[in-house]
Amino acid sequence: MKRTARYVLFYSVLIAAWVILAKLKVWPPYIFPTPWGVGEALWAGFADHSFWIAIAVSMKRMLIGYGLSVVFGMILGLGIANSKFLEETVGGLLVSLQSLPSICWLPIAVLWFGLTEKAILFVVVMGSLLSVTISMETGRKQLPKIYSMAGRNLGAGGFQLLLHVTLPASLPYIVTGLKQGWAFAWRSLISGEMIFVSLGLGQLLMMGRDLNDMSQVIAVMILIIALGYIVDGLVFKTVEKRLQERWGLAPAS
Amino acid sequence: MTPTARNAAEAPAGHRTASRSGLHARASRSLVVLPGRAPVSTTPKVSLNDICLTYGVNTKGRLIALDHINLHVQPGEFLCIVGPSGCGKSTLLHLVAGLHRQTTGEVLIDGKAAQGTGTDRILIFQELGLFPWLTVQQNVEFGLRMAGVSKAERESKAADYLRLVHLHQFRDNYIHQLSGGMRQRVALARALATEPDVLLMDEPFAALDAQTRDLLHDELERIWAETGRTIIFVTHNVREAVRLGDRVVLLTFRPGKVKREYHVDLPRPRHLEDVPVATAAREILGELREEINKSLEAEYGNETNR
Repeated sequence: MKRTARYVLFYSVLIAAWVILAKLKVWPPYIFPTPWGVGEALWAGFADHSFWIAIAVSMKRMLIGYGLSVVFGMILGLGIANSKFLEETVGGLLVSLQSLPSICWLPIAVLWFGLTEKAILFVVVMGSLLSVTISMETGRKQLPKIYSMAGRNLGAGGFQLLLHVTLPASLPYIVTGLKQGWAFAWRSLISGEMIFVSLGLGQLLMMGRDLNDMSQVIAVMILIIALGYIVDGLVFKTVEKRLQERWGLAPAS
Repeated sequence: MTPTARNAAEAPAGHRTASRSGLHARASRSLVVLPGRAPVSTTPKVSLNDICLTYGVNTKGRLIALDHINLHVQPGEFLCIVGPSGCGKSTLLHLVAGLHRQTTGEVLIDGKAAQGTGTDRILIFQELGLFPWLTVQQNVEFGLRMAGVSKAERESKAADYLRLVHLHQFRDNYIHQLSGGMRQRVALARALATEPDVLLMDEPFAALDAQTRDLLHDELERIWAETGRTIIFVTHNVREAVRLGDRVVLLTFRPGKVKREYHVDLPRPRHLEDVPVATAAREILGELREEINKSLEAEYGNETNR
């Protein structure tokens, strides 16, 4: 109760300050937008379906790109965790690649795939693949040996062991990495869309700039934050909490 | 076969229901040490022939963990292995389970060489290794699921074994919601569900409080009688070994060798507090003490010299 009160108070003060500054008209609205202008832009964007289309396009790219990252990242991570050779070669390379911002892959992507959907997906995959791989690798290494021994002992072999023991057992260890992977994919996608124009939220943002429409810029930014929050804060948090409860890592509340 | 289908009377091992007269005849000496007793004419369920296990063969710091172990376990026998920590008794179980390979020697099951792991011999780990992402029932079903048993059959078998360990009403719980003793019973049910001929138990009750352990001793003895399984039970608790075993094998400290074998001809059911159990345990403990001292010396030797 106290917490919600603090939230309400903080945001009321913030918006009030914004309203006052906008009313004072210190700067022109194309530099400093008004709250009602942003509200109108949000309304208009949803009303003419342009926001809905952008959300759908961006989300589709996210699901495909992130999905690929998770599949390949897990395979790669398991491979690195299980092989000393891969760890010393590929593992080291991946760590050094981590310092490369994912948008740096865009030039390569465009040269390889042209101005296509594939180029954007490539950037998204490169953005999140590393964190999924590294978390899968560390997750696999942290995994108590006892689970795979118990699995083998009960007759699970090869692929069965992977599917029924290794993967479920490492879930709580990799869920943080999966969450981080999603966040990186999201950032890569938006920055990719901003530079490389083909629908999506990033393009909408750049369109606002091109039209000198500050209200739209802010409206789209709010949209991006809201979507990120919904997936990260609601979907992943819930999954994480459920996992922890089931594993007995956190008290069920 | 369901656990209740076979009852104690049908169980193969005759020594299980040791006669009262036997007790009287050996009233003064509850334990009979028979080092050279001729094996029963049937093929042993488990044979360890000349097992050696050496670590670090290539380096100078070579460690002989197990040194020419020869052991034969009869079908339906309850064998207990005792020894100081670090004598390789857990490793021995891992070898039988096929989770580890010996350097030389062979493990035979029914006279045939054991190949890798197999659900004919299930190990109950000291840490249990129950799967936290599965419910109690799903844990018990795991081995059957890996073997491709149909859902309906899995469920009915799991229900049977959960009833056998009195956990049927907890079937939908997750592992962390259970007490230590209950988890132990889940592990037992999970192992039994694959219907192994041989049950390998690695200090399963070491972490439990005394009351729970007493209860589980009774349950294990009952289940053993009902299912007629062969059990190899590793413990460092000599009393527990005498309480449960038909035979107690004492291993030496590094390298692990069979120091002595004891046949426990005490009537069942036994209890930890029984005087004959305590007397027999004391006798074995005398021998074990020597090995424990050796292990302590190895651990603290350097410090006491200073």
